[in-house]
Amino acid sequence: MYLAPRTVRRALAAATVALLATAVGCAPQPEEKASTASSGAAAKSCAKGKLATKTSGKLTIATDEPAYEPWFKDDKPANGKGFESAVAYAVARQLGYDRSAVGWQSVPFNKAFAPGVKTFDFDINQVSISAERKKAVDFSSGYYDVRQAVIALKGGKAAKAKSIADLKDLKLGAQVGTTSLDYITDVVKPKQEPAAYAKNDQAKSALQNGQVDAIVVDLPTAFYITAAEVTNAKIVGQFENQGGTPEQFGLVLDKGSALTSCVSGAVDALRKDGTLAKLEKQWLSDAVDAPVLK
Amino acid sequence: MTVLKGESAREGADDEGDMTGAAGDGYVPSQRRLERERHKRARARRATAIASLSTLVTAVVLYLVVVNAPGWPRAKETFFNAQYAREAVPKVLDGLWLNVRLLVVCGVAVLVLGMLIAIARTLRGPVFFPLRVLAAAYTDFFRGLPLIINLMIVVLGVPALRLQGVTVDPVLLGGTALTLTYSAYVAEVFRAGIESIHPSQRAAARSLGLTNRQALRYVVLPQAVRSQVPPLLNDLVSLQKDTGLVSIGGAVDAVRAADIIVGRSLNYTPYIVAGLVFVALTIPMTRFTDWVTARMDRQRAQGGSL
Repeated sequence: MYLAPRTVRRALAAATVALLATAVGCAPQPEEKASTASSGAAAKSCAKGKLATKTSGKLTIATDEPAYEPWFKDDKPANGKGFESAVAYAVARQLGYDRSAVGWQSVPFNKAFAPGVKTFDFDINQVSISAERKKAVDFSSGYYDVRQAVIALKGGKAAKAKSIADLKDLKLGAQVGTTSLDYITDVVKPKQEPAAYAKNDQAKSALQNGQVDAIVVDLPTAFYITAAEVTNAKIVGQFENQGGTPEQFGLVLDKGSALTSCVSGAVDALRKDGTLAKLEKQWLSDAVDAPVLK
Repeated sequence: MTVLKGESAREGADDEGDMTGAAGDGYVPSQRRLERERHKRARARRATAIASLSTLVTAVVLYLVVVNAPGWPRAKETFFNAQYAREAVPKVLDGLWLNVRLLVVCGVAVLVLGMLIAIARTLRGPVFFPLRVLAAAYTDFFRGLPLIINLMIVVLGVPALRLQGVTVDPVLLGGTALTLTYSAYVAEVFRAGIESIHPSQRAAARSLGLTNRQALRYVVLPQAVRSQVPPLLNDLVSLQKDTGLVSIGGAVDAVRAADIIVGRSLNYTPYIVAGLVFVALTIPMTRFTDWVTARMDRQRAQGGSL
């Protein structure tokens, strides 16, 4: 096919114009700046039940699916049973939203901190607070001081470990993206590369199959696994906090969310009046009988 | 093609790179031919210019759209962070070594197994009926079974049987699962190749006194394999990307290495690094595929080497 140069030029010009028009048409409206800059503004916007939530008058809370025990019960976050479900409702009450005004959403762990518009007001999913993660999302103040623990099959190589040094020659595993895995790489520093699993379920299977000698999970999960799921396993011990600061779970909010200071205030109030301690006693086992690995 | 006054024949010779005697035989290109070549060159130049211009315009538009997006500063920080990229590169490359080893070992196993299954499916004679049925059932099942489920069953299920002497190493088990699935794909590719060989080839081979086995080995298979090289390499590229799925069993490959950093930092740059590394690994293979195909076409154009 032969096109006259003029035709080509015209077509090209038209195409360029069309493209540019599309670009301009797609050019999104600038985001409205959330009023987070001044804490004064935030303080007065913490009016009970009138926060700038996703849906006005409703609080949308997210967690992963499945929701594991002992943090949630029966994979139903909305039933108020399990530690995190109870904490979520306590925080909501503190903010002025009763049970009927709370909606739940299932959001996978790593989608909870993806950039872009969040579909929830806050996410409660055993996410440990760290300075590095604070660059990507906002955290409330911590609602639970967590420790990491080692689980191994009774009678296995790892069951006799008394210290961190005893774990060095073993094959260890943990869920990817967790502080449990960081404890293996930074504290134990084992000779073999640790196995990293997408889910704790796969770590549990691997432990039962003898593909790893021991797995690391947080202590409440460890109690639950050894009591109910892998009954031929035992807790070998728990790690001390790194650097003397307790590791804490925090509620995850969008970076620069207008709610962060209000939600943090609510968590602090619950800690002060003993609600958090009460819920801990109610839903989580006491961590006193797990030996500390040094 | 019709040969016009020797010039086209001469052109054909030029294509072969056979320039000997081009100057010596007193050939002078005609005015018309020179004119035609000039015109062709001018057209090519213009086409290149237009293509460059339209590419440039498209690139500028895309750039403007991305950079003016309201979330761009944050997206840039989350996906293109130099510090995390530097941290990710060595770990991702460590993980990639596992992918490459799996690719080589599984690739060889898949080719051998796929070929055996394809031969089993195309055997003639009533005595081989059960073998044909088994091979067909195997390919049907493993082509239909999602790879991820196959991996789950093999990597997490087989060790649960506690069979004596069977490995529990997630990498070996994962490699086994990959081989099962991909050999089913490759068997179908080979079978298509075998069935594309005209029956007259086999008949001719038999009439020359070759046995059935010899006919298959020396006449049918060489032609069948040669015609199937491009789809085979396609499956190989696909296998290379799927090797990452063995991380189900906890093995740390390139993607899982990126996962670990992402989980700790909530920054997605390591995924970008891992993606680019895979692409960089795939491009040479794709180019190699194109080159092999082109070479085969050239050979066939010369009447083939059979």
